[in-house]
Amino acid sequence: MAQAPVAIAFDAVSKRYGDARASALDRVSLDVAGREFLAVVGPSGSGKTTLLRLVNRLADPSEGTVRFEGRDVRALDAIELRRRIGYVFQGVGLFPHLTVAENVGITPKLLGWERKRIAARVDELLSLIRLAPADYRNRLPAELSGGERQRVGIARAIAANPPVVLMDEPFGALDPLTRDALAQEYRRLHDQLGLTSILITHDMTEALLLADRIAVMHEGRVIEIDTPHAMMTDAKHAYVHELMQTPRRRAERLGALMAGRK
Amino acid sequence: MNGLDPRIADALARLPDYLGSHVIVSLTALALGLAISLPLAIAATRNTRLRWPLLAFSSLVQTIPGLALLALFYPLLLGLSMLTERTFGTGFSALGFLPSVLALTLYSMLPVLRNTVTGITGIDPAVNEAALGVGMTRRQALWMVELPLALPVIMAGIRTSAVWVIGTATLSTPVGQTSLGNYIFAGLQTQNWVFVLFGCVAAAGLALVVDQLLALMESGVDRGKRARVTLGGVGLLLVVGAALAPSFARPPATYAIGAKTFTEQYLLASLMEQRLNAAGLTASRREALGSMIVFNALAAGDIDVYVDYSGTIWANQMGRTDAPGREKVLEEVRRWLKEKHDVEMLGTLGFENAYALGMARKRAEALGVRSIGDLTPLAPRLTMVGDLEFFSRPEWAAIRTAYGLAFANQRLLAPDYMYQAAANGEVDVISAYTSEGRVTQYDILLLEDPKQAIPPYDAILLLSPKRANDQALRNALAPLIGRIDVGLMREAGLRVGDAANRQSIESVARWMWDQIEARKQR
Repeated sequence: MAQAPVAIAFDAVSKRYGDARASALDRVSLDVAGREFLAVVGPSGSGKTTLLRLVNRLADPSEGTVRFEGRDVRALDAIELRRRIGYVFQGVGLFPHLTVAENVGITPKLLGWERKRIAARVDELLSLIRLAPADYRNRLPAELSGGERQRVGIARAIAANPPVVLMDEPFGALDPLTRDALAQEYRRLHDQLGLTSILITHDMTEALLLADRIAVMHEGRVIEIDTPHAMMTDAKHAYVHELMQTPRRRAERLGALMAGRK
Repeated sequence: MNGLDPRIADALARLPDYLGSHVIVSLTALALGLAISLPLAIAATRNTRLRWPLLAFSSLVQTIPGLALLALFYPLLLGLSMLTERTFGTGFSALGFLPSVLALTLYSMLPVLRNTVTGITGIDPAVNEAALGVGMTRRQALWMVELPLALPVIMAGIRTSAVWVIGTATLSTPVGQTSLGNYIFAGLQTQNWVFVLFGCVAAAGLALVVDQLLALMESGVDRGKRARVTLGGVGLLLVVGAALAPSFARPPATYAIGAKTFTEQYLLASLMEQRLNAAGLTASRREALGSMIVFNALAAGDIDVYVDYSGTIWANQMGRTDAPGREKVLEEVRRWLKEKHDVEMLGTLGFENAYALGMARKRAEALGVRSIGDLTPLAPRLTMVGDLEFFSRPEWAAIRTAYGLAFANQRLLAPDYMYQAAANGEVDVISAYTSEGRVTQYDILLLEDPKQAIPPYDAILLLSPKRANDQALRNALAPLIGRIDVGLMREAGLRVGDAANRQSIESVARWMWDQIEARKQR
């Protein structure tokens, strides 16, 4: 993994909104390798979403450089860039007036794919996320459950075969069962399709179970970045250490329960 | 079909013309309004600094009464027309279609602007973010996401606007645009309630049809049913086609006859039309025009002929306050018209329609009033009503100064109701018209004017500059010169107002001609 080429690189990136004194991002440097699954964890307002928006140029940094496949994103056409990066939005963001098939096929359509190719791709993706194409194709988002909507959101993000997928708390509003199932399913897709993923979450357990590496953000800075194992056993920062308490306690408790039952 | 009320038959006969013109003017204004409002509204959603002034301006327009807005456009366009005539050598007609369309266009804007802005800014920001995130350009986001999502709200605005414009278009009659308002204005003036009702129902019906066709198109777009959109579109085209058909079928009239907003003017316009037709000339009438508009329209050549009154020209146009006597006034008016506006005074019709202060005869006798001078000491205890313009006319200033009148109460009333109000004792003094039939009907005493503060008001036939030497027109109208006395005019007015006999303007105008012919043979 360490030998893989860098897919996304943040180089001393800062972002200030308006004339606010406090930075949303403060000199963040970070490399995401190709095919890596990076989870970004932190409390609300720590700059997670801003970090994600800088990648596909929904926002531009005040200082520093963001690189996509080695090139400064500001040298790239923002529209072209976004069509090459999948994005799963907080609160899904499906288009309420378009059917499931139209939502999933939107980026291919923008890229000018042929109608037949789009239809085939949509069916393929619906099968991939385990929604029967014949049944779901023509439904409107309002006719789906929360979990189904989130799956469609994921299918839309990967429809045009993007190398990179950005996910902003994609499983946030789901019940725990659906949430866990969907997270596992996405990890499977990530590996199967060879994606590079950045996932924002404030659930440390989720991050630990899914990601190759975890970046912890606090007040606009990345205060620690490491593998789940290293973070679990050897957190350097006091705040990160504190964050690890909950999953560790849970794991120990669950382990004891399992052992006790045996 | 002898059971059909002649007034309904009359109204039906005018329907193709009135409805057609109404459809054309209102739908043109609506289309123009949409073409301006939609892009402006979209720009306003992108630029908040544009939004406030735009909505404030369109709200402001909405607070201007429709009639005033329409009337304001006439002088504006007239000035513009004169400017283009001077610079490019060609002017345009500032009467009728153009001022109506422009004023109605302005009027149509607010609901479309407000609803489009509300509809687009009301979209969930997450959806807008998603539109950009999946790689749409701003233009694609507008067409693929923002407009479809805001469509129900935008369409509601368009439908409101359509209903407003179709309703307000009835007010384009006084600026010379034929519309369903012709029924309403003529009906109010001649107390023909069938006409008033007919105009209201026709306008409401048209508004309903257009609204429903738009609703059909909206539901089609919303549910992706192309058939409904097509059906609604075809329906609208049919309405427009049906509206245009009569104006294609009928050759355009050569002469335009103007009329102000009261019964006598409708009668005289109809009488002139009949004379022109009898001479083999085609003519159309532009009725219910404001006093100033009708004169300007004649001077500009937008209408060819109408009847005015020497005192009106004398006081209002020439700004004179002296009263040198009937003949002298006529002579000076004739010269002034020719020199100042190149307007030809063909001659006098033979009666005066002067302003006079009038009182119910019994009331006047009880108070011992015979002339305006007798009112001076009594006025502080009396109520006077004037027609809508009387108290702002120079004649009133002259009367008030000459006799030192100060009434306890001054009010405005439509001229048709003044006589009855005086007869019922609701008011004491009215601004009566001397040729009005109701003077006899309600036994109104017209007070003497010993100081000659009120100028003479001989009815005079005026021709536009380009028709001054039109011999065919002059010959056709010549038989009317000097042949209508005040008795005939009053009698004709009474016949129009007579509810029992239900006579149309046209039939009373024919009766007038029969009388003129009969007298000639005697």
